[in-house]
Amino acid sequence: MKKILIVDDEPNIVMTLEYAFKKKNFQVFIARDGSEALEIIKTEIPDVILLDVMMPKVDGYKTIEHIKKNKLLKETKVVFLSAKSKTSDIQKGLELGADKYFTKPFSIRKIVLEVNELIN
Amino acid sequence: MSNWLLTLIILFYLGLLFYVAYFVEKKTKNKWLNSPFIYALSFAVYCSAWTYYGSIGVAANKGVNFLTIYLGPIIAAPLWIIVLRKVVRISKQHKISSLADFISLRYGKNRFLGALVTLICLAGILPYLSLQLKAISETFKIMTTKSNYESGSIFDDSTFYIALILAVFAAFFGTQTTDASQKHRGIIVSIALESVLKLVFFLIIGIYVTYYLFDGMSDIITQFSTTKNFNRVVTLGGLEEGFNWFFTIMLSFIAIFLLPRQFQVSVLEINKERHIKTAIWVFPLYLLLFNIFVVFIAYAGKINLGDTVNAEYFSLLLPLSQGHTFLATLVFFGGLSAVISMVIISSLALSIMISNNLIIPYGFLSKFSKSKSDENNRFIKNIRRFAIFFIIIVAYAFYYNFSVQLSLYSIGLTAFVVIAQLAPSFFIGLFWNRGASKGAIIGIIGGFLVAFYTLLLPFTIEAITGDTSFVENGLFSINLLKPHALFGIDFLSPAAHAFFWSFSVNIFLYIYFSLNTVGNYRERNYAEMFVDSKNFSELQDGAYVWKGEAYVDDIRDVLNRFLGINKTEKALRIFFKKYKIPENTKLADARLINFSEQLLTGTIGSASAKMLISNVVKEEELSLLEVLKVLEESKEAIAQSKMLEEKSKELSTLARQLKNANKELIENDLQKDEFLDTVAHELKTPLTGIRASTELLLDDVEMPSEMKDKFLNNMLQDSERLSRLINNILDFEKLATNRQELNFKVNDISKTIAKTVKALQTNANKKRITIKQLNNYIFKLKYDEDRIVQVLVNLISNAIKFCPEETGEIKIDYRLGNDNIEISVSDNGKGIPKEDQDFIFNKFYQSKNQNIIKPEGTGLGLAISKRIIEKHNGKIWLHKTSENGTEIKVKLPI
Repeated sequence: MKKILIVDDEPNIVMTLEYAFKKKNFQVFIARDGSEALEIIKTEIPDVILLDVMMPKVDGYKTIEHIKKNKLLKETKVVFLSAKSKTSDIQKGLELGADKYFTKPFSIRKIVLEVNELIN
Repeated sequence: MSNWLLTLIILFYLGLLFYVAYFVEKKTKNKWLNSPFIYALSFAVYCSAWTYYGSIGVAANKGVNFLTIYLGPIIAAPLWIIVLRKVVRISKQHKISSLADFISLRYGKNRFLGALVTLICLAGILPYLSLQLKAISETFKIMTTKSNYESGSIFDDSTFYIALILAVFAAFFGTQTTDASQKHRGIIVSIALESVLKLVFFLIIGIYVTYYLFDGMSDIITQFSTTKNFNRVVTLGGLEEGFNWFFTIMLSFIAIFLLPRQFQVSVLEINKERHIKTAIWVFPLYLLLFNIFVVFIAYAGKINLGDTVNAEYFSLLLPLSQGHTFLATLVFFGGLSAVISMVIISSLALSIMISNNLIIPYGFLSKFSKSKSDENNRFIKNIRRFAIFFIIIVAYAFYYNFSVQLSLYSIGLTAFVVIAQLAPSFFIGLFWNRGASKGAIIGIIGGFLVAFYTLLLPFTIEAITGDTSFVENGLFSINLLKPHALFGIDFLSPAAHAFFWSFSVNIFLYIYFSLNTVGNYRERNYAEMFVDSKNFSELQDGAYVWKGEAYVDDIRDVLNRFLGINKTEKALRIFFKKYKIPENTKLADARLINFSEQLLTGTIGSASAKMLISNVVKEEELSLLEVLKVLEESKEAIAQSKMLEEKSKELSTLARQLKNANKELIENDLQKDEFLDTVAHELKTPLTGIRASTELLLDDVEMPSEMKDKFLNNMLQDSERLSRLINNILDFEKLATNRQELNFKVNDISKTIAKTVKALQTNANKKRITIKQLNNYIFKLKYDEDRIVQVLVNLISNAIKFCPEETGEIKIDYRLGNDNIEISVSDNGKGIPKEDQDFIFNKFYQSKNQNIIKPEGTGLGLAISKRIIEKHNGKIWLHKTSENGTEIKVKLPI
């Protein structure tokens, strides 16, 4: 079973993603912000992490920096989901090592498809 | 007290003063020593032995007349800010080193006038100095009770030695530099110290006499009223006495400016111009304190000692008669301090006048132009030292031969009358540009002759021959020429009478001859500069009009002889730099000539400086018209450059404003971008939820119905959030851009609160939270009710959000302040975390410490509230917050 970690502070969005990936037989972990995410990856090695950028406490940029430093997560794919839609924002996200960058409002169909492509 | 013991103490005391002065010369940077109070206290050099002893004598025999001497300075004090400041500025600009120099400069660096002023000062001050020595000698005798002492030669007289020591003191500290316009800090600080000592000792004896020997002031008056002197002393006299008062007050008014020692301390030794402001109140206060006990000591002396002894020394005799020698010694030292400071400053001031305005311009200029600078410096210093010894020895001789019979008071007033002869040329010359040197010279001489006839001559004749027929019958026995009652004016005291006549004659001659002479151009030039001193400080060296041919090298040669090569080169470098003239310039212009004369003025006086420089330049006579034209032109040039300066100032402010505006625009732009970004983010979030849920619902037909419900509910929630957000954003923007007009009306605040509470009751009931309105009293004021309701709704809904269910309690209260009303909304919720506290009023800032995971708000509620309150000119702030609750306050002006 593939593992996915969803990091977002908006419960309604989290709920849709959780439902969609559970449906595709993922084991889903949920974090409401960067710090919760960092707690979870201490014990779990997800295959994919869906990461929001604007979050309280530890934001998405900082979180991905930590993830990239962690050798155990070398294989883990990171996908940004963010309302920040400027080219420079996307550029920054990819430079920090993300594999994909989706801008909100996103299509959940597309996300499920592309995440699947990413890990296979 | 024995003779040698007192001498020993005196020597010790003088040693102490030496030490103080020496110490100060070394530590010129000390904050204390540069205090304005040192300057203010140095004014008290005015209070000489005459004040210290003489006033008591006058009070005992003539009543409160002694006060006139202090009323003049007190009246003059407020004027210092105008007159003294002007004199100080001019003196500083021109490196003036004495009163004679000042007057001579005003009338075109007139050599004869400088010398004349010097002679007048000598004539007035020498007897005055001898009077001080007399006071030392007499008090010394009283202290040592050896009356046979005076029979010896002058070398047995302790006063002679004290005088010599004072001369050494003045000569040593007064000639540290050749440039006499330099400050004498050491001397000034020791003078200030002595001023404190003499006042303290005088107050001690005053308190001792009034409260120890007697039972206070009224006791003395009561006892004194039974003596035969009483009526004579306390009666003020009629109109005639009023004239006496008037003239004596005028005399002392003039004296506080023009006594050489006052000019020295107030003009030449000033450190910073603003110190005048301190002196204006400190010095009159000092005089007031000094005069509190005079009358009581005088009356007490009359009661206890009667008419047999010299009333001037009551302050010594009273404690001595009680056997209190120590106290008497203190009084003696107070008097000694008064004498020392007066003698030192006067001899210093006079010595500079003698050297710079009498000896150097009339004898040694040709010698100087041949010698080297160090030789010249030594020579000039020696002239001054010699002058100091000369002054003090002549004063001593005068005392030894003449002044035995005269009282301290009468000689003091005589000095005032003589010095007052300088007043017309000094004061009128400051404010009237037509005042001419011819008028000044004739006025001073005429006035002095009258004073001599009416005051000095009778004294001298009486002192030498003991014959009073001259006073009683007049010259050649002509009644109208009686020296104390000229032309029948017989109701004035001799000093007031002499002042009246000499001063009138002086002013008349001054004005008459000023109006009737054209004056040479140089004179007119300086007159303009003095009178228009505000322009003058701007005109500076350029105000000096001169035409002719001169070479920089020649002038450099002259300067070298006095300043030495190093100083000369430095000064010239500064000059060239200031006026942006190339250093290898050959021909000198008016500015350089004026500048060089100023450089030399401190050392050899203005008249000599002019003569020395004019030796090496070929000057062309200018007509008065030309001078006036040039002055007018330079005034215009100044006005123009001032205008240009103002314009450029305006332009630069404009540029600055533009720059600021631009910066603000950029900042606004950035803020706008940021705002739009945030708005977009806030809008996109619920939109994402709706879109994702819709997709799921469409794609997953088998979705369980409770999940379906959940997603549909989420969608509803998100769309509500969207609309709320849009409304709030529009609202906020309207408030921010001031497009929202407030609807101010008189409302009752308690009603508004009740209305809000009622509207929110359902929400609160859901969580079983109680809302209490603590204050129900009607209070009416003007505000926009809808908007205030909006604020209260925001605050109370926030409180509801953070309150625990069931136990939650929200209190709304208001209180009246002086000009405002303070509304508070408090809850017992969990409080706002520290990291959020500073930001809660920022737009889109949402505390993450909420009960529910999903924030309901838009993050604009408090930001909007803040805008609304600010538009009411009020204030909203987080009053306190802790784990036990939060209180937010709103202040609205009434």
